[in-house]
Order: sequence, then structure tokens, then C-alpha cells
Amino acid sequence: MKLKMFSYNEENTFVHRLSGVTKLLCFLILSFVVMYTYDIRIMLLIGAFSIYLFKLSRISFKQVRFLVMYLLFFVALNGVITYFFEPTHGNMLYGTYHELFRFNDIYVVTQEQLFYQVSKMVKYMCVIPMGLIFFCTTNPSEFASSLNHAKVPYKGAYAVSLTLRYFPDIARQFTDISNAQQARGIDMSAKAKVMTRLKNTLMVISPLIFSALDRVDMISNAMDLRGFGKYPKRTWYTYRKLGKEDALAFVVCLSFVALALYMAIFVTNGRFYNPFI
Amino acid sequence: MNKKELFSTKMLVATGLGAALFLVLFKFVTIPSPIANTSFQIAYAVAGFFGALFGPLCSGLLAFIGHALNDAMSGWGIWWSWVIASGVSGLIMGISYFKINFENGFGKKEIITFNVIQVIANVVAWLIVAPVLDIAIYSEPANLVFVQGIWAAIMNAISTGVVGTLLLVAYASRQVKEGSLDKE
Amino acid sequence: MEPIIKFENFSFQYFSQKTATLKNINLAIYPGEKILIVGPSGSGKSTLGNCLNGLIPFAYKGKISGSLKIKGQETKNQNIFSLSKNIGTVLQDSDGQFVGLSVGEDIAFALENENVGQDIMKQQVRKVAAMVDMDRLLESSPFELSGGQKQRVSLAGVMVDDVDILLFDEPLANLDPATGKTAIELIDDIHKQSNKTIIIIEHRLEDVLHRDVDRIILVDDGQIVVDDKAENILASSILKEHGIREPLYITALKYAGVDIKPSMKPAHIETLDVSDCAQKVRDWFIENKAQLIENNNEPMLELEHIKFRYDNTREIIKDISFMIRKGEMVSIIGRNGAGKSTLSKLILGFEKVDEGKIICDGHDLVEDSIMERGRQVGVVLQNPNQMLSKPLIYDEIALGLRNQGLSEDEIRERVENVMKICGLYEFRKWPISALSYGQKKRVSIACILVLNPKVLILDEPTAGQDFAHYSEIMEFLKQLNDNGQTIVLITHDMHLMLEYTPRAIALNDGKIVKDGSSAEILCSKELCEKANLKETSLMQLANKCGIDSPTDYVTAFIEYERKELR
Repeated sequence: MKLKMFSYNEENTFVHRLSGVTKLLCFLILSFVVMYTYDIRIMLLIGAFSIYLFKLSRISFKQVRFLVMYLLFFVALNGVITYFFEPTHGNMLYGTYHELFRFNDIYVVTQEQLFYQVSKMVKYMCVIPMGLIFFCTTNPSEFASSLNHAKVPYKGAYAVSLTLRYFPDIARQFTDISNAQQARGIDMSAKAKVMTRLKNTLMVISPLIFSALDRVDMISNAMDLRGFGKYPKRTWYTYRKLGKEDALAFVVCLSFVALALYMAIFVTNGRFYNPFI
Repeated sequence: MNKKELFSTKMLVATGLGAALFLVLFKFVTIPSPIANTSFQIAYAVAGFFGALFGPLCSGLLAFIGHALNDAMSGWGIWWSWVIASGVSGLIMGISYFKINFENGFGKKEIITFNVIQVIANVVAWLIVAPVLDIAIYSEPANLVFVQGIWAAIMNAISTGVVGTLLLVAYASRQVKEGSLDKE
Repeated sequence: MEPIIKFENFSFQYFSQKTATLKNINLAIYPGEKILIVGPSGSGKSTLGNCLNGLIPFAYKGKISGSLKIKGQETKNQNIFSLSKNIGTVLQDSDGQFVGLSVGEDIAFALENENVGQDIMKQQVRKVAAMVDMDRLLESSPFELSGGQKQRVSLAGVMVDDVDILLFDEPLANLDPATGKTAIELIDDIHKQSNKTIIIIEHRLEDVLHRDVDRIILVDDGQIVVDDKAENILASSILKEHGIREPLYITALKYAGVDIKPSMKPAHIETLDVSDCAQKVRDWFIENKAQLIENNNEPMLELEHIKFRYDNTREIIKDISFMIRKGEMVSIIGRNGAGKSTLSKLILGFEKVDEGKIICDGHDLVEDSIMERGRQVGVVLQNPNQMLSKPLIYDEIALGLRNQGLSEDEIRERVENVMKICGLYEFRKWPISALSYGQKKRVSIACILVLNPKVLILDEPTAGQDFAHYSEIMEFLKQLNDNGQTIVLITHDMHLMLEYTPRAIALNDGKIVKDGSSAEILCSKELCEKANLKETSLMQLANKCGIDSPTDYVTAFIEYERKELR
């Protein structure tokens, strides 16, 4: 049973060659730009850029097809619910009212609402290729060292590394325990009632959690015995030094930041791009 | 070990394994609820449980890491507003570490303490942090995110309350017995 | 020469215990020695190891008196970090010790913590990895490695620090016999090349003695019982008195009435001089010749042409068929990845077969769900902690019945009945947390037995257990079997298959390579290699003594034990 965390694939592309720190920071920077701005033009630009990178890093679409379907479904659902709750939220945001048509007294369709919902959809979706790129092109081993070099204290970074290390073990144990308990007649399927299901779940997770707890001592002893935590700093076997390509990546990312800030301060007077005035 | 470390190796390992448990439960043990983006998450009971045992830093971090990795592995991008809210709920639940002493077992008083804290944690996280961030980042309609928030707070408080409490009771009963055993 | 390790009137008591775990230990170990510390569970041998590497008092608190010096330095005044510069520990749980996400990373762990630069670090990792023959797998993740390979990584991970002393805590506990043999050879090679001081804590004496040790130290009840050369200790009867299993050939010689003397070089079967006693062994064999009693009951579990593969991967189970009769106790053996655990998952329905039939008591299980099969076939996981979820024994055992919706009266009757069979009745009001490992194992078996399964499958029931616990668990299973319970054991414990299961099914690469008597398999070099076992030393003894059919000799030995000793 293969239980690797991400579908990391070894390749030699521009994106793969970047240091993990660079990719982590760029991913975070661009995520924050997209979180900050509500200018659909900038978001589309970043979206197009990340799709370009996606192509560049040779991740096959097949690998993520299922995800994209799920995502589209989710975004569509969110769109419906948003409209159901606040059919005129866009008008509130943009301050104008251009009605297209109406279903009844409450549910009108306005240009502003459409524009708001489309913008939001783009906002949700445009960083997704970025996240996929990050996790498909970063060796999990390099992840903790990247966090540490991005100024996360190394103990925190190592906690993430341990999570990646023991997740497959715990997932396998979960399957084993769950199967064995089902063989004893504990119903884990959706057929059971919610309260029964909660109780039955406990039959599986309590052995799982207590065996993990038993291992905490063992693993921390093993780490102490090999000098973990001796100094305020540590080095990393997997760390990749920064090069020219990393500098280029930072320049590109920071120019997106500059663009978003410039637009917000000098052009659109705020986070929102408002085509209605 | 004379000086008290802020984050000992043991706490770190507990955080790492706790986050892995959180992640496994988050992925495999959810009971979907009728409102989008929310479900019955047993994983928060793990955060509550580890918080009572190892403190707020451990439970806050494990919920944050677990939730962030879950989003990352799922591929739909990290939903920062909810990831941060998870971290906050873990952090607050960890306060029970300072209020609960397992030496006296885990009786009525401790159950009440734990549950008061976890309810506060869930209310703060899902009724304040998550909706406010959702509004700030995505300009979501306020009533939508608060309805989601109320729902998430109730669901998580129930699963933490039921499962977390039972886990702690089981843990305390193990402790008392293992405390002072004589070789027979 | 100054000792590298010196205990003087050393005692230790855990704060959580009423009595001292180590009592007045006096022991000197000299540089370059190779020492084996043996003792039953709870004897204090692991505590002794933890005092050496500094986990006591760093992680486990307690009261220390007397003195323990390593390289002339009193350990009480040092912290765990300075101690770990002198002594490297390879722990029993190689999965727990493997904290890195790849082999290279894990070996480098200690160097990373020392802030060693990346270039020197990579160089050093390659060098040490080559010493344990892992240099071609530096990029591999722990999930791709076998138990033996993980242990090699652990060893490299402590040697990278260039320590003077290597401490192995039960290095064989999680390895199959052949891998264990290689591990002992590797430790010996490192000892010879580097002249480091080696301390091995283990209770599987015969396996460690595959290569020479300088001294054996027997610990029991917190005290050193004896500290002597292997020859002298094997010639005495002291091991058995303290719950340590002697090498099988020693036991066999004793059955034959041979008086073992140190001059016979009894430490290894290879060096053993049988010139004076071969006749006695032959005579004993003629007197005790035995025949296995064949089981001719009706079939209980039949597998017909089972095939299985995980999605899009190579076939894991390739056309397996066998039949187990009612009341049999059978071992399924084979190396890691041979398909033995997959096979049990298929029988239980945790995985679905691609082709074939699984017939239990005349009924085909293939279309049944996990829950439906659970009433026919029961499974007991290796670690009882993974099965127990209720605070009270009674509730735990009743759990499966309550889910069937039976009346509380009927449940009580059945639970109490099973408790009596399992020797748990007197504990019925106890919380599970107060039980020992062996008792928990019984509870986990009881939980399944109460459901009246027709076949009971146990996964590695005795892994990591000392002789006393091993015997306790296996005698209990034997007793169930004598009452008619059909039992299938998935194992790589040679003693277990030899002593308790007359028949074994050996798998290799998803196919059955042998379905026959355990004695026969353990006397065949070819089959042992295929199943990652090693030949039993009884066979070598038989050869040495000029017995022409070793298999019959081994059978005679087992039948003798069964008749005389139980």
C-alpha cells in the first residue's frame, strides 16, 4: 500500500529546481496577494501565470483531474448558496444597481451581483494551480528545512516533518483497526444513526490515539538520544541553496505584490475594482 | 533538565503525531452536515485531548498543521481563514492544560472545566475568527458566513464534547492505574 | 586497562514504583568488549541500558544511588547530550527511531543537530551508509524499506556520531530469523572493524550467539545473577532457572542425558564438539522415535485459486489454494511482502479477491461483507492495544455480542463462559489498563472467541515477547486448539511453528512454496531461504551426530517435549 503524502514527482524543470524556501515563500506571497486584492484583472493575471507555471512544471492534468472536478462542484455550490443568502450583496459592495431580470420580489439578478460572484469564483480558483505546483514539485523532505529557512523556529518545522513522516503509519493503523473492529460487528457505515456512529467511531479512534500516545515517549527519547534540541539552531541535510533562478522567482512574485498595491492605492482606490462607476 | 523548556522534544513529537492523527481523522472520519463547508469533525476532539495533555502550543499547532496539510493534500488550496480558525480553537482548548490536574482522575469538575473551555474555543474560532476572516478576505455575505460559523461551532463543540471527554476519561483511568504499580 | 563503563553499588528506583528496579549493580566493561545482557521481561535489563544512554534520569525520573562512570566520568553530572557523544543507542522500535523522511536524512539527523555543514554532512552520511550497505538507498522513504533495512539505518544514524560504545536494545525483536541472523553478522563485522565496545540487550540468546560474544551477563530481579563466558553459562542450568530459553541444541543434548561441559565449546552449534556424546543422542533418538498424528477431520477453511492485486500493480497473490481441517493449528510463514498478511486480509474481507473461492465450513465467503465474515472467521491483531477500546474487560468482550443485539442475559452467559476459558474470570471487574501485556492479549483473543468464530486467525501473536510470555500465550492457544478450535497463525517465529504447529504453509512471492510439516521446512536449506527462516540448530545437531533423517529427529524432539513436559 503506497501512502505517500503528495504526488511529488521528480523532474528537472525550472520549478523543480527552485529551492523549497523560494517555492514556499512565493506560494505564500501570491496567496496573500490574491487574498488581498479583489481586482479581477490582477487575479486573472495571476491565474494565467500559475497555469503557465503548471504547464512548465509538467504536472499531468490526469493527476489532478478528479480534484478539479470536485473543486468546480464546490465553487458552483458556493455560488448558489451565496446567491440564495444575499442576492444583492454585490450591489452593497459596488454601490450601484443595474438590474438584469428578476425571479420574484427578493431574487433579482443584477450586474453587480454577477460581477461579484464571478470575481469571487476567480479569487477562489486562481491560486489553486499554485498550491498544486508547490506540493507536486517540492520534495516532502525539503519541506521542513524550507519552513525553517522561512524563519519558522526549527522545532515547529520539525513537527511538520514528523507529521509527514507518521501520517502514512497512522493512516494504515486506522485502516487495520477499523477493519478489525468491523469484523467484531461494529457498524462503521453510513447506515447507522449519528449517535451510534459517533460511539462506534470511538471504538476505532481510541485504540488509535492511545497507541500514538504510547509512541510519543519512544520517539522523543530516540530524538533526544541523537542530540535533538541541543543548540538553538540546526542545519538541514535536504536544504537546497538559493541560486539565480530563485532570485528571478522572487522578483516576479514581488512585482505582483507591487502591482496589486499600486492598483489599490493609485488606480482603484481600494481592494475592489469597480467597473460600475 | 533543570530549566523548563517552552517547547520540549516530547511536546514537539506530540504535536507532530497529534497533527498526523488530526489529519487522518479529518480525512477519513467525517460525517457531512447539511451546510456547505462544514461537517462533524472528530478531529477537533484530538486537538482538545492533546491540548489537555500537552498544552495550548501543542494543540494550537497540531490543529493548524493538520488542517493546513489536509487542505494542501486535497489540492483545493489552503483555506487560510478556516485553517487559522482551527489553530485558534486548538490554542484556546489547550488552556485546559493549566486548569485540569489528572492526579485526581477526571471527574465531574474536570469534565465541566474541559467542556466550558472547549465551547468557548469553538465559539471564538467559528463565530468570530472564521467569519471575520472570510468577510475580510473573500467579502462573503455576513449572514452566510455566520450561519456557517454557528453550524460549525455547534458541530465541533458536540464532537469535541462527546469524543474528547470520553477520551480524557479513558486517559485518566489509565493514569491512575499505571501510577504506582508494584511488581507482583 | 581502565573500564569504559563502571557501575559501583549502583541502584535505581523509578518514582512511580514501590521497589528498586536495579539493586546494587557492580559491573565493569572494558573498551572493545562485546557484551550480551540477557534477562526476562521486567528483570531490569532495559533499565540498565537506559542508565547507560542517559534516558535515566533525563526522561525517566527516579532515585539513583551509587556510581556509574563512562570513560571515567560520573554520569550523574552529565546531560543526555554529552552522554550521547559516547554511547549510541539502537532502539527496539526501528520505526520510532526512523524520524527522517528518507534514509539519508535520517542518518544525518545527529549531524544536523550538531550544526554540521551540508558538504561534510553528505560526505559522512555516504561513508556510514556504505558501512551498513544502505548507500544505494539514500533517497528511499521509510515506507519502502523492510524492518531489517530500517534497523540498518538506525545503526548508521548512531554511528555517524563516531561514538565509542554501541548499545542495542532488543535488536532482534521485530526481525524475521534470516534478517536477524544478518543483523547479528553486521554487528559483529562492525565490532571487528571498528573495535567499538558493543552491548546487546536481548533475550533471544541462540540467535545472538550466532556470532561470538565476550561475556554474557544475566540479569534478573534487578540484580546481576551471573557474569561469565558463554561456554560456562551454557554448560550450567542457570539460564533456564531464570526464564531464558536455551539454544535448542543444548536442550536436546540435555534430553539425551549429556552432561555439557565448557570444553565441548557449546556456545555455537558449529563449534560444538559431539565426539563424546553423539552416541547418546543417537540412542535417545531410537528410543523416542515418533510419528505425527494426522488430522483427518472434515475441511474447515478452503482457499481455491485465490488471485489478488492492488489497483494496477503486480499480482500479490498468485493462484493460492490450500485446505485447513477442523481442529488444526497451522502456521502461515514467509518473508515480509511474501503475501501472508494480504492473504489474511483477503480471508477476512478487508481486501476483495480478484478471483477464487474462500470456503469456510461449506459456505463461500467471497460475496460476504466484513461484518458477515466476522461471524465465521475471527482475527486477532498483533498488538492488543489496537483492539481494546473499553475501560472494563467485561464490556470489551461483550462489545461484539451487543452489536448483534442479543439479550443481556445471553450476553452475560457467553461472556462469562469465555472469561473462564481464557482465565480472565477472576479479573472480570478489573479495568483493562491494570492488566499486563499477556493478559491484554488474552482479552483481545477473548473478544473474538466470544463470537464463536469457526476459524481464529492470529497475526504474530508472540512478537517481541520473552520466553515466559511466549509460553503463556502459546500454551493458552494450544489449550483452545485441544478443545477443537481451528487456529491459523501468521508468524515468522521458528520456535512457535516448530513447537506448536505441526503443519506450516510457506509463501514466497505470492505463491505457496511448501505446504507440509514444520519440521520438514525447518530442515530444508532451500525452503528456509525462500521463507526468510533459518534452519533449526536441531537439524545441524542431528547431522553432527550422524542421524540420517534430521526431520524425524526434529519431530521426535517436539513430540518428546509435548509428552514429557506438559
